[in-house]
Amino acid sequence: MSINATLIGQMITFALLVWFTMKYIWPPLFDSLEERRKKIADGLAAAEKGQENMHLAEKKAKNVIKEAKEQSSEIVNQAQKRANELIEESKDTAKKEGERMILAAKAQIEQEIQQARESLRQEVAALAFSAAEQILGAEIDKAKHRDIISKVSNQLG
Amino acid sequence: MATEAHAAEGATGYIIHHLTPLHVGEGFWTLHLDTLFFSAVLGGLFVWFFKTAAEKATSDVPNLLQSFVEMLIEFVDTQVKDSFHGHNKLIAPLALTIFCWVFLWNFMDLFPVDILPLIGSMMGIDYLRVVPSTDLNATFALSITVFCLIIFYSLKVKGPIHFAKELLLHPFNHWALIPFNLLLNFVEYLAKPISLALRLFGNLYAGELIFILIALLPWYMQPVLSFPWAIFHILIITLQAFIFMVLTIVYLSMAHEDH
Repeated sequence: MSINATLIGQMITFALLVWFTMKYIWPPLFDSLEERRKKIADGLAAAEKGQENMHLAEKKAKNVIKEAKEQSSEIVNQAQKRANELIEESKDTAKKEGERMILAAKAQIEQEIQQARESLRQEVAALAFSAAEQILGAEIDKAKHRDIISKVSNQLG
Repeated sequence: MATEAHAAEGATGYIIHHLTPLHVGEGFWTLHLDTLFFSAVLGGLFVWFFKTAAEKATSDVPNLLQSFVEMLIEFVDTQVKDSFHGHNKLIAPLALTIFCWVFLWNFMDLFPVDILPLIGSMMGIDYLRVVPSTDLNATFALSITVFCLIIFYSLKVKGPIHFAKELLLHPFNHWALIPFNLLLNFVEYLAKPISLALRLFGNLYAGELIFILIALLPWYMQPVLSFPWAIFHILIITLQAFIFMVLTIVYLSMAHEDH
């Protein structure tokens, strides 16, 4: 039970064990722990960042979709407007065309009336001439009486 | 478990036989071969186990061995960081060594008290005391080494003059009380290694003695008593190893502190 040289032997063993632990056991194990801790921390940070990025991307995608929707509705609106305009325009042109055609027809009618009048006048003039010829019994000098005749036929017009 | 040979010597003879170490030499130069052998083997087991883990240490997914070893490393590291705030590369490995080594010493207590001596007697070894922590030499070897480290770091960190001042003028800062202070500090410093060593020794010696006493009872009584005592002892051996480690850390952190 007494203290003896065993103490010295035990102290040597202890010193050797501590030295060995300090030199070969503690550092690699502790380093690997630290490294893993860092890796995990980095991984967590990366995951968080990834999630954030995902959120951002989602937001962006939503915005893009929204914009696209707006744009498409705008395009549709514009197209509708344009179509309406086209309809309106064609209506207009059709109206104008119709009016023009009516005017042309009216002018033609007017012209034809004029022509008919002219020919009527001439016919009336010719009739008046022949009637006057027969009445007078004598031939009227056409060259001599042209002025009178044209006056008369003008009065007829 | 009492063999007939032991029975012939009587209960006292059986107990004394169990508590006598295998020794060579005379006087101070006596060597307890069993203590030296078992502590060296257990120390070897400890370094082999940890070295195996350290060699394969990876920061990727650890295997079972590494996880276990890392658990211990983290446990010790937490203890060190809790009470020690300086920078010292020795403290944590020292604490780990103490914890594991003392635990393994104490663990030898859980082997049935007769089995290893029986094997020893078959090989012609008459006396065998398998638990190194029931040897005062083993526990004092640890605590005296720790004490030397306390003195070493006190001198190194505080400087000889500051350390001497602390011994002379602490706790009572007056020149007239220097002798009293010196006495107080002397007792305080001396109490550290002695309490460390005796606490471990006393607990394990008593535990071993109770196992031996249980082994003297009739065979049908033994399991009833030794089973609960062994379970209780699992707590004790871990606790004692833990206390030794924590106190070592605390003492060394005190050596690093400036008052």
